[in-house]
Amino acid sequence: MSVMNQTPKKEFVLAVEGLTVSFDGFKAVNDLSFYVEEDEIRVIIGPNGAGKTTVLDLICGKTKATGGSITFRGKELTKMSEHEIVHAGIGRKFQNPSIYEDLTVFENLEISFPRGHSVLGALAFKRDAEVIAAIQEVADEIFLSEHLNKTAGLLSHGQKQWLEIGMLLIQKPDLLMLDEPVAGMSVAERKQTAELLNRITKGRSVIVIEHDMQFVEDIAHRVTVMHQGKTLSEGSMERVQNDPKVIEVYLGH
Amino acid sequence: MFADYTTTELLSIFAMQGFAGLILFSVFVLMALGLAIIFGQMGVINMAHGEFMILGAYITYITSNLFSEYMPGLFSMYFFIAMIIAFFATAALGALVEWSLIRHLYKRPLDTLLATWGLSLILQQIYRTVFGAREVGVTLPDWLMGSIPLTDMIDIPINGLFVMGLTVLISVSIYLLMFRSRWGSQVRAVVQNRPMASAVGINTEKTDRVTFALGCGIAGVAGSAFTMVGSTGPTAGQLYIVDTFLVVVFGGAQSLLGTIASAFTISQSQSTMEFFLSGSMAKVLTLLFVVGILMIRPQGLFAMKIRR
Amino acid sequence: MNKFSLGNILPRQDAMYFAVLAVLIVIVLPLSLDIFRLNLVGKYLTYAFVAVGLVLCWGYGGILSLGQGIFFGLGGYCMAMFLKLEASDPESTKIQSTPGIPDFMDWNQLTSLPWFWEPFNSFPFAILAVLVVPTIFAYIIGVAMFKRRVGGVYFAIITQAIASILTILIIGQQGYTGGVNGITDLRTLLGWDIRTDSAKYILYFVNAALLFACLFVAQYVRKSKLGRILLAMREREDRVRFSGYDVSNFKIFVFCIGATFSAIGGAMFTLQVGFMSPSFVGIVPSIEMVIFCAVGGRMSIIGAVYGTLIVNWARTTFSESFPELWLFAMGALFIAVVMVLPNGLAGLYKNYVEPRLVLLGGKLKQQWASRTTPVSVSGGQE
Repeated sequence: MSVMNQTPKKEFVLAVEGLTVSFDGFKAVNDLSFYVEEDEIRVIIGPNGAGKTTVLDLICGKTKATGGSITFRGKELTKMSEHEIVHAGIGRKFQNPSIYEDLTVFENLEISFPRGHSVLGALAFKRDAEVIAAIQEVADEIFLSEHLNKTAGLLSHGQKQWLEIGMLLIQKPDLLMLDEPVAGMSVAERKQTAELLNRITKGRSVIVIEHDMQFVEDIAHRVTVMHQGKTLSEGSMERVQNDPKVIEVYLGH
Repeated sequence: MFADYTTTELLSIFAMQGFAGLILFSVFVLMALGLAIIFGQMGVINMAHGEFMILGAYITYITSNLFSEYMPGLFSMYFFIAMIIAFFATAALGALVEWSLIRHLYKRPLDTLLATWGLSLILQQIYRTVFGAREVGVTLPDWLMGSIPLTDMIDIPINGLFVMGLTVLISVSIYLLMFRSRWGSQVRAVVQNRPMASAVGINTEKTDRVTFALGCGIAGVAGSAFTMVGSTGPTAGQLYIVDTFLVVVFGGAQSLLGTIASAFTISQSQSTMEFFLSGSMAKVLTLLFVVGILMIRPQGLFAMKIRR
Repeated sequence: MNKFSLGNILPRQDAMYFAVLAVLIVIVLPLSLDIFRLNLVGKYLTYAFVAVGLVLCWGYGGILSLGQGIFFGLGGYCMAMFLKLEASDPESTKIQSTPGIPDFMDWNQLTSLPWFWEPFNSFPFAILAVLVVPTIFAYIIGVAMFKRRVGGVYFAIITQAIASILTILIIGQQGYTGGVNGITDLRTLLGWDIRTDSAKYILYFVNAALLFACLFVAQYVRKSKLGRILLAMREREDRVRFSGYDVSNFKIFVFCIGATFSAIGGAMFTLQVGFMSPSFVGIVPSIEMVIFCAVGGRMSIIGAVYGTLIVNWARTTFSESFPELWLFAMGALFIAVVMVLPNGLAGLYKNYVEPRLVLLGGKLKQQWASRTTPVSVSGGQE
C-alpha cells in the first residue's frame, strides 16, 4: 500500500495535525495535533467544553474543520463526506445511544451491515446466510443474542449502548470512536463493557472519550488531556495523572 | 427593454416603481415580522397567518363603518382605534389557537403546518359567510387621500407614506421589545434552552402563548395597514402566505434584520420588474430568484454559524 | 429465505388487504355505480397515485412535499399536449387563422407550434415524457435540496413556492399553455374516442391496473431494506449517515418515486376527465392531496387509497348539498387528523377493528398470524 511509503506517518493509523475549528470566532478546537497508532486504545479526557466531542465530530465529518488536516491511512478526511469516511473504515458512536428505537435489534444491526449501501443496493438487498451469520456473531459479542427480535426501544440503557457499539462492529472499522460508552451504565455493565472493548480492539484502533477515571485506567493505552481546544498533556495514564498542568485544570480527578 | 425610454423617464419609472415597492415592502415586513417571531423564535409554522392579517383588515373595515355611521365627527381618527382593536382581537384569537391547537404540536412542526392550514380554511369560510365573497374596501379619511407631487412626473401618495411610517414605528417597537426588554430576553432564553429557562423560573408555557399572540397581533396590525392600500377579501391572506414565508426563510429565520432586508429585496425586485414584464412573469422571476438563492444558501441570508 | 419470493414482499395479511381493495375497485364499484359515478371514482383514484407516493415520501421518508401537484400537473399536461395536438389536426381547425395548431394558441396570435410542443406529436414520446419529465424535475429539486440538507418545514415551504411559481407561469403564458382554462376539448387517443361510455369503462380499468402496479412498487420499496432505512433515517438521520449511507440519495429516490406516481395519476386524470388545468397544480390541490394521505394513514399505502376515496366522496356529497359547509369540514379534517388521528384510518383500523377481528376470527386468524411473523430472524436463530 502506498501508505507504507509515506515514511513520516507510516506507524500511525490516524494523524491529526494543526486541527482548528471556530464557531463565530470561538475556537472550539485550536491547533490540535495527535497521532493514533495501530491497535491502540487512546482515551481523550478533559473538562466539559474542552472540545473532545468536537474532535470526534471533525474526524467523522459531522463538523467541517476551519484549518489543519486529519489523515487516516494516508487519506485526507477533511475533504470527504460522512459516508465516505465511514467507508474508509471509521466508525463513530454518539454520546447518547443513537439507535433506531422503532426497529428490532436484528434490523438495527442489518442496516449497519456493510452491503447494499447505495439506493439500488438497498432495494436489491437480500437477507442471506452471510448477513444472518454476521449479525449473530456480533450479537453474541455484545451480549444481545437473546434479544434479536426485540424492538430496540425496549432495551435497557446499557444494552442500547452495546447495540450501538455492535452496529459499529459489524462495519468492521479500522478505527472506532466511542463517545462516553459507559455513561449511565451500572457497575456490572461497565465491567462487561471494559472486557468488550479490550476484546474488540484486536486488529483495530480505538479513540474513547470518557469521564470515568476507573474505566479509563482499565482500558487506556495512552491518554490525551484536552483543555480549551488544545492538547494539555499526553502519555500514559500514570504520566498525565502526575502532570502538574493537568492537576491544575483538572482538580479532583 | 430600457431602449424605449429617456433617462429622466427611466429614473421616474424607477422612483415610482420603487415607491410602489416600498408599499409592498411595508406589507411584507408587517406580515413577516409576525411570522418571523412565531417561526423564528418558536419554530412553529402558522399557515393561518394570512387569515389573522385579514381579520385585522375586516376589523378595520367594521370600525370605519361604525365611525361613519355613529361618530362621523371622529371619522378622521378611526384608523388608530381600529388598529388597536385589530391588534388585541387577533392577539386574543392567537392565544386561543395556541392554547387549543399549537401547544399540543410543538414537537411536530409538519403537523402544525397541516393543522394551521385547516384553521385557515375554516377562517376563510367564516369570513365568506360573514362578509360575503366580494372584496371590501375602507373609506380613507380625508387627510390620508391625495398625494404630494415631488416632480411633475413623480407623485407620492400620502396613504403609502403613512403605511411606511407605521411600518418603521412597529419594527422599532418590536426590536425594542425583543432585544431591550426583560420579556424579550425571556423569550430568547426559552428559545435557546427550554429546560434551563424553566429551571430559572420562567413560565415557558406563558411565554409561548404570549409570543404566539404577539405574532398574531402584529399580523392584525398588518391587516389594518393593508386596508390603507388595498381591498380585502376572504382569500386575500392565502395570496400572501407563501411570499411571506419565503421572506422569512430568505432572511434567515432567526434574524429580524434579515427579515426586513429580505422583504426589501423581494418587494423591490418584484415591483421594479413588474413595470417591464407582465406582473406574473415578475413574480415568477422573483420567486425563482429566491428559491435559487435558498438552494445555494439554505440557512438564509442572515444566519449564524452555530455549534451543533 | 434466501430468495425474494412474493411472500416476502406481500405477506399474507398485506395480500388480504390488497385483495379486498381490488375486489372493491374492480368488481364492487363498477357493478354498483353508473358510468358517470364510476368516472368520478376513476378521477378520485388518480389522486390516490399521489397519496400512495406521499406515504413513501412523508410517512416513510419524513419528507413532506407540499408541491405534489407539480408532478400531477406535469404528467397531466404531457398527456394533454399529445391529445390536444391530435384534436387539432388541420381538418378540424380549418376555421382558425393558423390551422393545425391548438385553438388557444390561435386565440393568442401564435402562428406556429412552439418548439417544445413539436415532439408531443409522437405518442411514445408523450408517454415517455409523462414518466420522465416530472421525475427529472423532482430529481433536480431533490438534489438541490437534499444534498444541502434542506429538510422539514423548509422543504415543505420551498416545494409550495415551486408549485406556486409553476401555476403562475402556466396561467401567465396562456399562448403556450392554455392559461387558466388549461388544455381542454380533448377527444381522441390514437383515433380512439375517449369520451364514450365504453372508453370510460376501459380507462377506469386501465387506471385501476396502473394504481395496483404502483401499489406493488410501493409495497416492494416498503418491504425492502430501503424501506427500513427510510424509517431509520426518519428517526436518526445522523446514525444512518454514520453507518455509511449517503442519506440524501435515499431522500431523492423516494421523492422521485412519489413524483413518478403522481405523474401517472395526472396522465390518467387527463385521459378520464378530458382536460388538464392549472387548478390541479397549485398550492391548494397539493396540500389537499396530503390530507387524502393523512386521512388514510400516512404509513399505509392501502389506507391512502381509501383516504382519497373517502375524502373525495365526502367532498362531492357535501358540495352537492351544502357547498358552504365543505371548507369547514375540510378545515376540521386537517385539524382532526393531526390532533386526534395521526395515523389516520389505518391507525384506527389497527387499534380498534383488527383486535376485534382477531377475537372473532380466532383460530383462522392465528394461523395467518403465525405465518406472517417477520420473515427475518427465525432462520438466523435456529
